[in-house]
Amino acid sequence: MPLDNPTNVKRKFDVVGSRPNRPDGIDKVTGRAKFGADASAPGQLVGRILRSPHAHARIKKIDTSKAEKLAGVKAVVTRADFPDHTDGDNALYDTMCNVMAREKAFYEGHAVAAVAATSASIARQALKLIKVDYEVLPHVTDVDEAMKPNAPLLHDDMFTDGVDPKPKKPSNIARRFEFGHGDVEEGFKQADIIVERSFKTEATHQGYIEPHAALASMSPDGSGELWCCTQGHYMVRDVCSRILGIDISRLRVTQSEIGGGFGGKTTVFIEPVALALSRKANRPVKVVMSREEVFKASGPTASTSIDIKIGVTKDGLITAADGTFRYQGGPFQGCSPAEFGGMSAFAQFHLENVRAVAYDVVANRPKTISYRAPGAPMANFAVESVIEELAHKLGMAPIDFRIKNAAREGTKSSYGPVYGPIGLGATLEAAKNHPHFKAPLGAHQGRGMAAGFWFNFGGQSCVSLNIPIDGSVTVSVGSPDIGGSRAAMCMMVAEELGIPYEQVRAIIADTSALGYNDVTDGSRTTFATGMACIMAARDAMKKLCQRAAATWGIPEEAVTWENGHAKPAGANAGNFAPLSLKEIAQASPGTGGPIAGHHEYSADGAGVSFATHICDVEVDKETGATKIVRYTVIQDAGKAVHPAYVEGQFQGGAVQGIGWALNEAYIYGKDGRLQNAGFLDYRIPVCSDLPMIDTQILEIPNPGHPYGVRGVGETSIVPPLAAIANAVAAATGVRFTELPMSPPVVLKGMDDAKAAGKSKAA
Amino acid sequence: MSGMKVHTKINGDPVEFMCEADESLLDVLRNRLNLTGAKEGCSTGDCGACSVTVDGRLTCSCLVLGVEAEGHDIGTIEGMAEGEALHPLQKKFIEHAALQCGICTPGFLIAAKSLLDKNPDPTETEIRFGLAGNLCRCTGYDKIVRAVQDAAQEMRKTSAKASAKKAAPAKKRVAAAKSRTSQKKRA
Repeated sequence: MPLDNPTNVKRKFDVVGSRPNRPDGIDKVTGRAKFGADASAPGQLVGRILRSPHAHARIKKIDTSKAEKLAGVKAVVTRADFPDHTDGDNALYDTMCNVMAREKAFYEGHAVAAVAATSASIARQALKLIKVDYEVLPHVTDVDEAMKPNAPLLHDDMFTDGVDPKPKKPSNIARRFEFGHGDVEEGFKQADIIVERSFKTEATHQGYIEPHAALASMSPDGSGELWCCTQGHYMVRDVCSRILGIDISRLRVTQSEIGGGFGGKTTVFIEPVALALSRKANRPVKVVMSREEVFKASGPTASTSIDIKIGVTKDGLITAADGTFRYQGGPFQGCSPAEFGGMSAFAQFHLENVRAVAYDVVANRPKTISYRAPGAPMANFAVESVIEELAHKLGMAPIDFRIKNAAREGTKSSYGPVYGPIGLGATLEAAKNHPHFKAPLGAHQGRGMAAGFWFNFGGQSCVSLNIPIDGSVTVSVGSPDIGGSRAAMCMMVAEELGIPYEQVRAIIADTSALGYNDVTDGSRTTFATGMACIMAARDAMKKLCQRAAATWGIPEEAVTWENGHAKPAGANAGNFAPLSLKEIAQASPGTGGPIAGHHEYSADGAGVSFATHICDVEVDKETGATKIVRYTVIQDAGKAVHPAYVEGQFQGGAVQGIGWALNEAYIYGKDGRLQNAGFLDYRIPVCSDLPMIDTQILEIPNPGHPYGVRGVGETSIVPPLAAIANAVAAATGVRFTELPMSPPVVLKGMDDAKAAGKSKAA
Repeated sequence: MSGMKVHTKINGDPVEFMCEADESLLDVLRNRLNLTGAKEGCSTGDCGACSVTVDGRLTCSCLVLGVEAEGHDIGTIEGMAEGEALHPLQKKFIEHAALQCGICTPGFLIAAKSLLDKNPDPTETEIRFGLAGNLCRCTGYDKIVRAVQDAAQEMRKTSAKASAKKAAPAKKRVAAAKSRTSQKKRA
């Protein structure tokens, strides 16, 4: 259970904090590990999806007759094969509309039909034979354009929620959120300096290297099996069964190894379609997305438009912070992370007066889904850019300005709760004392920094731990291992039981083996599923002690567990030789049968996380190209279970942020079609773009976890956008308020500034 | 079917397969030969997840047709370890936590081996450019570069030891000859 008293948090460890090899390492370096597209079934068909070429169109008629007649085609499905079983659940209905369009295609790439055929080439031919009669409608892809009163409407029945009174006219604004406390108008009156700026960020994609893949097999009796790459196979099971109208328990989902997700695999895209095709064809069907489909028809993150206004006194105290956050989340309500953007934007400050107003906006783009700390990086980019500008206006070192206004234990956060022990101040101080902070800079170089926040999440986990007669331990978890979490689970179990790490194996069980497990998101797995592993180990430990007590004929309470052994305690201490886990396991068939531990719960107490990043860039004055020359991540991990994988999370998040800041963007033509749906034109950072990414792990224990663990996966993508923008501003003297800061943008910015300087001089 | 028969060597073994004219070498490896270690991340040669060697040369197998493999030697990740013994690169990738999800790992290992075969002592910059054709979205490349540096160092040590062993008897002979010469001189 989450511990109330932080002094109960264990701080001395034997296994936790070391760096053992991951249990799935050999499979992954030899090509043996099976990912989504690596499975096949006897008699399997190839599934392919027909997608809308239009950004917005009414689907008047779909004629599949010719495709159905083609030899080798075994099933064709359209909206007609997805009767509405969603029973008034709007989010589920929207998910169903997204996997197979109904009245309208809402974006280029929206699925409108699918075929299953005996070969890929027959499936491709069949798609060409499907005739779709479209009525092309006006479209909108830009968030500010979508909010205008005369914008093309996606839904006639969308009346903005969260506004009182509710508007009578429909719009593309799904909802308005407001967070904050105090009185910002009053706060701005007390300010000596106010900076107000507007920002825009383009949509980016998670860019996982593994495209979505699913192998579905449904029987005529209505039961089904599904193999797929996902961050949450229990979610896939529930959503697919509800869309298809079958009992949840009749669908068994096995998750493959997952080739990256970063939030992008926390929903379904092709899975219900593969199942529907399989049901109709009565054969297994495998559907694998192409990279182009991944870009056009999975779930990138939101594009945004943000206004920030912050006021300070002459001595550097923030008196008020105000922001408006407009997040475009694709065609359906509730998909953009506007709410998280508004909540997280000012979370790193101690503020008397703060307000964040956020809008969830729909547009003709793919339905967005989470991307690592969803909504926070864009908001942080805007806020931390203004903070840097304010510090310069004040003549104060930006680091000192941040330290002075930093949130601390007891601060009422901008989104409501009061903070317990948090690590923000420690990361800022560590940054100030870091050698990177004092290192000299070269020509055309600039240094920037930013601090960022993420909530972290707990959620539902169910864990089973089994001890066979040889005393080895298997822990079954339902959280997909997306980046080494199996190692962390084994380490925590080994720590609890007092046995070597090598004695424990973790496996990811399918949906029939365990109770519901939330998706691997919100940096929850090592925290929440890890805590369930600890509790399951304690449950098993109790049973091990019972067996020892019965063997010795003493009361249960008189037995303790120490270093992998049951020992008589109290009055009986020393009366019997300790029994090892192996000895108790060996005797288990005769002492009451198998020994197992279980734990199922919904975890609270995920500690919030803060990070400070320092970044040096060099800007080429001829080309506008920005090179990252040095980068340091300092983050609070609570307790780093496997420090190498914690560092890996810090580094990976930072580099995704670097891509977002400098190059990555969804580029739309006037026709509403995506122009860069491939890794050549959507350029994620490559090895030669980067330096080593230095890391410093701080450990300010989370009182909500027995070892003090906090989630670490997401926070690292929050500060890079602003840290790089601040560094580019330092290197060029130009502040960029739009992302990405690609070479042509930076070159133009520098040229414009030069021209403005000249005309001023004249 | 209108397939063509292709004769190759894969990881040292003779392999014959039938394939259609429009199938890539990657399709053949994965779908016909069940060698799923090479991954399809893009099918346009941008991500390197499908990296193999063709006659020792680093190649994106998604950009080669299956029929073009006729008469060539293909190396895949499945052939990298020798029996139970992992290649030093494979070992170092695990030790350095140079993989998170692992989807790009086979491609990186093939590319890194290909780099070290040509250049056993690369600088960090040479490693970074040698691996620039392979995308990894999890690690930020830091630990991958360190794993390759460490593996390269270990491989250099091993080959230095091996050549020292080979050289050792020769040295002894020279020494013996020298001592004989000096004895003669003294005499």
